[in-house]
Amino acid sequence: MTGFIVLALYVAAFFVAYLAVSALYRAFFARADFTALKTVTFGDESAVRPNRAASVLSVITIFLLWVAFTNSSLPLPQASSPYLGEVTFTYTSTLPDGRADDAEVSVLVYREDISQTVDSEGNPGRIPAAPEVEPGDGFAKNDSVVVPRYGYKVINVLGNDELGRSEDAVITALNGTEVQAGETIKLPEGELGLTDKGTPTFSPSTGNRMQRLYLPAPEVTVERFVELNEDGYRNYTLWQHTWISLQRVLLGFFFGALVGIPLGYAMGLTNWARGWFDPIVEFMRPVPPLALIPLMIIWFGIGEQSKVILLFLAALWIMAIAARAGVSGVAISKVHAAYSLGASKMQVLTKVIIPNSLPEIFTGARVAMGVCWGTVVAAELVAAERGLGMMIMVASKFQLTDIVIVGIILIGIIGFLIDVGIRMLEKWLVPWKGRV
Amino acid sequence: MSTLKIDNISMRFDLPNGGHVQALKDVSLELQSGELMSVLGPSGCGKTTLLNIVAGFLAPTEGKITLNDHKVTGPDAERGMVFQQGALFEWMSVRDNVSFGPRMKGESKSKYMPTVNHLLDVVGLKDFKEKAIYELSGGMQQRVALARCLANDPDVILMDEPLGALDALTREKMQGLVLKLWKETGKTIILITHSVEEALLLGERLLVMAPRPGRIHKEYRLPFADLGVGKDLREVKKHPEFSQRREEILEMIWNMEEEIMGRVEESA
Repeated sequence: MTGFIVLALYVAAFFVAYLAVSALYRAFFARADFTALKTVTFGDESAVRPNRAASVLSVITIFLLWVAFTNSSLPLPQASSPYLGEVTFTYTSTLPDGRADDAEVSVLVYREDISQTVDSEGNPGRIPAAPEVEPGDGFAKNDSVVVPRYGYKVINVLGNDELGRSEDAVITALNGTEVQAGETIKLPEGELGLTDKGTPTFSPSTGNRMQRLYLPAPEVTVERFVELNEDGYRNYTLWQHTWISLQRVLLGFFFGALVGIPLGYAMGLTNWARGWFDPIVEFMRPVPPLALIPLMIIWFGIGEQSKVILLFLAALWIMAIAARAGVSGVAISKVHAAYSLGASKMQVLTKVIIPNSLPEIFTGARVAMGVCWGTVVAAELVAAERGLGMMIMVASKFQLTDIVIVGIILIGIIGFLIDVGIRMLEKWLVPWKGRV
Repeated sequence: MSTLKIDNISMRFDLPNGGHVQALKDVSLELQSGELMSVLGPSGCGKTTLLNIVAGFLAPTEGKITLNDHKVTGPDAERGMVFQQGALFEWMSVRDNVSFGPRMKGESKSKYMPTVNHLLDVVGLKDFKEKAIYELSGGMQQRVALARCLANDPDVILMDEPLGALDALTREKMQGLVLKLWKETGKTIILITHSVEEALLLGERLLVMAPRPGRIHKEYRLPFADLGVGKDLREVKKHPEFSQRREEILEMIWNMEEEIMGRVEESA
């Protein structure tokens, strides 16, 4: 239900922001460049430019939705809150002889994530004690219980009554309303009900916000990020987890490129090498690196070695195929021209074939880095002492969703930065790409 | 003096389906130093194959090519090539492209730089030395290709439709440049083209080839190349003999094409 509300709001934000921004653009920022003069834009891909205002608003929208549908303390609009605090209700116990008595139940709803919070003195939060209540008059006695937010509690109210189950007392009404076993009544604070056997239950109202277990609030995630940087998790700081993952990727990719590129060149330059390595490369190419993890663990254990070798294998075939494609992409007239200008085979290789294959190599490097980054996280999920993948895996076992989210965001950002880095390097080293 | 002898060249190769192709049959000719010969012919007449054999990229099945009395066995700096397009090295500046040949030979910079600068002046690219190849227009790129070939000082220049990808106006200008370079450098040039006008304008000798098997059909000696040096080529085209030759050769090639394709009326 809440999911549909979020989706509807997101879709609404998309269109409302579009209308607002385009009105603003027309009013203030109308540009008269060539593309702006095109009347046919729907279907002309070259006329489609990313609207950066849309990008910013998109991120803001996600952030606002994140705040709105979690128990965030930020001063921003929020969805209806789950109930927190004390609530009382009455029950009516009726004996077989017709005698009836009312008693009050005090329910204290506490934060479900209390154990993950700390007070001003740094002490971890504790589940509060049930409120003290007077027993009251009559045979039915007042009760007091605690229930976590988003929780559910079966309250054995008859347990402390003078005349209870053994006297065949039956609960006939809750808050003065007659209730049969299995029925529920709604309160603003939550839902009262009777189990099939007639015991009262209470589940506090959940509102439309997600509990911390599913999605922690943004500021909680940020706090966790800071904490991970300072105190670390599982003996290593966040930076150390990140660096070890990155190091594995860089090492694996480096060796993969070191072996794969010459292999690809050999395959592109000689019949024998092409024939010899074709079966291996074509066989290994479709094998997802993740499928190799078990074998790598069997062969090389769970240490660094097995991970670097796994990433080496992930990068190797991609780089070999990229280098091979780079060689076959050389226009024969360039090679002929070089030979006619007196170049030796070695000179043709270094001055013509290698530079000409750089665009393909870079495309391969981007793919390989992406695959390596995905593979390292997966490999760490399976077995590791350090690394982002290990961090989110272990955190998930302890239901520390905020660490999982910090890890996922970091993995995404680093993957993106790697790609941007390679693209910048490519722009610098291969300025002619796409302009020939 | 450098003499290029094409001595009874035949080229025949097998096809995977068991048949074979006779790409060239008994082609013989001799070019004296400083001659410019243009080669015309319908597609499939083996003119590019012939050029590739002379360049040393292909081996003939019979006959041999000799340049200055030694046999051609592979590509060499003595036989330069100018291709239609895309044979420049995009990762090098204009100057590095032009100086490629001398650099590959390990010549010192002080030795080749004056030649390179001079050639860039001659082809009109003085101000574009440091530019990247992709920043140049198609015509400018072909000027670079010409300069690059000349910088290597080859005995023979083989041009495979060097102006084929240029627009009509640029092409006319470049034809003048080719003539100028030919006269100034005195190089032996073989030029393959699809344009009858270009073949007439540039070729001191003009070779018309016929297909199936590729062979020499007819050879002309023409005055237009000498007439055109340093002049407006449009004037040359007004020469009565020019239009007469053009019609004659067009008809000749037209008939060959019809032999291959069948007459339009018949096939319709």
